[in-house]
Amino acid sequence: MTADERFSEENLQARVDAPLGVRNEVITGPVSDWATDFSHLEPEWAADPYRIQDDLRQSCPIAHTERFGGAWLPTTYEDVAAIAYDTERFSSRSIILSNFRPPRELAPIGGSPPISSDPPFHRDARRLLLPAFTKSEIAKQEPETRRFCHSLIDAFGERDVVDAATEYAQHIPMRVIADMLGFPPEDGPQFREFVEDLLEGINLPQDERIERVSRMWEYLLAQVHDHIDRPREDLTSHLLNAELYGRKLEPGHVVGAMALLLIAGIDTSWSAIGASLWHLARTTGDRRRLMAEPALLPTAIEEFLRAYAPVTMARLVKRDMHWHGVDMTAEDWILLSFPAANRDPAQFDRADEVVIDREVNRHAAFGLGIHRCLGSHLARMELRVAVEVWLERIGEFSLADPSAVTWAAGQIRGPRTLPLRIR
Amino acid sequence: MKVQINHERCQGHGRCYDLAPSLFGDDDEGYGTVLRDGTVPPGGEHDARLAELNCPEHAVELVEEA
Repeated sequence: MTADERFSEENLQARVDAPLGVRNEVITGPVSDWATDFSHLEPEWAADPYRIQDDLRQSCPIAHTERFGGAWLPTTYEDVAAIAYDTERFSSRSIILSNFRPPRELAPIGGSPPISSDPPFHRDARRLLLPAFTKSEIAKQEPETRRFCHSLIDAFGERDVVDAATEYAQHIPMRVIADMLGFPPEDGPQFREFVEDLLEGINLPQDERIERVSRMWEYLLAQVHDHIDRPREDLTSHLLNAELYGRKLEPGHVVGAMALLLIAGIDTSWSAIGASLWHLARTTGDRRRLMAEPALLPTAIEEFLRAYAPVTMARLVKRDMHWHGVDMTAEDWILLSFPAANRDPAQFDRADEVVIDREVNRHAAFGLGIHRCLGSHLARMELRVAVEVWLERIGEFSLADPSAVTWAAGQIRGPRTLPLRIR
Repeated sequence: MKVQINHERCQGHGRCYDLAPSLFGDDDEGYGTVLRDGTVPPGGEHDARLAELNCPEHAVELVEEA
């Protein structure tokens, strides 16, 4: 056992004393006008963001809100792509739009590198993780993922109705990422709380939000100490041993990257699996076609990713500027909606339809540019295996109660309750 | 016909090596690579075209040989 001074009480205290960010007044409640007062945290958005985004794309197309201390919502593919590619004018310092802007000094590293990092640091932080997430590395997880999917379905027993969100979709990415990070698989339920705290608790009172986020921080620190005592072949030990510019990573970098892998690895795939099953439950033609033509599944998966892209990112405007017809101010948020880009009729034929044999599908579900989702190969594997095993084992299924389906509000969208009749 | 990858644009989405594994591979970081000299064999045109048209970054290029 070797001491790792980076994670001593003293060194961690220095982090708490780091410069503070800027908080704004929390504004909640019904949206008066989506073009001037949008909020992705209200129930109307959670229920159906596509209609809102389609309307805005035709009439606006860059919406604004005074909420969150000021934010913009571009809705065309062209604008979303331009921002994703423009790391000069738009910073990734914080990628979760909230009522708190972290201090500018946090750039170019950000709180959870590399997703929160800007060039040139971004590239170096990303390279530490890329080799663990290549298609061939991820393929090694496939047999265990498939076995786990079967075990979840075995656990349904003889019931006629199951919740595919909480009894199936949710567990698959949770189990895989816990294995990759070397966390105990039985901690899964805590991970769900961390996800909700971080991504859905945006408008909670400040003190409560700080307390919730620190719960995750403490959990991750305990995992760090466990790995310092007992190093293993997993991503946590990899981050603890990794070096950048000739020295080990800053403690905030290690824990921030662990938080990123945990949070980004769970909610997103859970949402994509759930949305795909939701679509197949209510679209008999597509369900039967995929059962008859399993080879079509990878193509259909890309279409589910396009039409139900779960992930919206955020950026911060670096300086005052006139941009594509609007006047942006430094520190304004951008809600970077890849789902809106994916439904732009200027980019896709029949953009509002789900076409499971769409052969040409240049969607942006995993982002565009330097921040392409690090886990995209993992997500595709999980989604394909989850749907494949479901179709193989369940076959015919339908929505048990369409009005009981609930969707997450916020930047990651997918079903959180999905009762399906399976026999 | 030959395929090539613009490495300035490639971000490692992997659509090319998913859709046309006989023409493309990946490196240790998941970025796309062209196998051999990129020449598209007879019958491989459809896959090559799919790889080009599905690259989110427009990094895959087809070049007609003179």
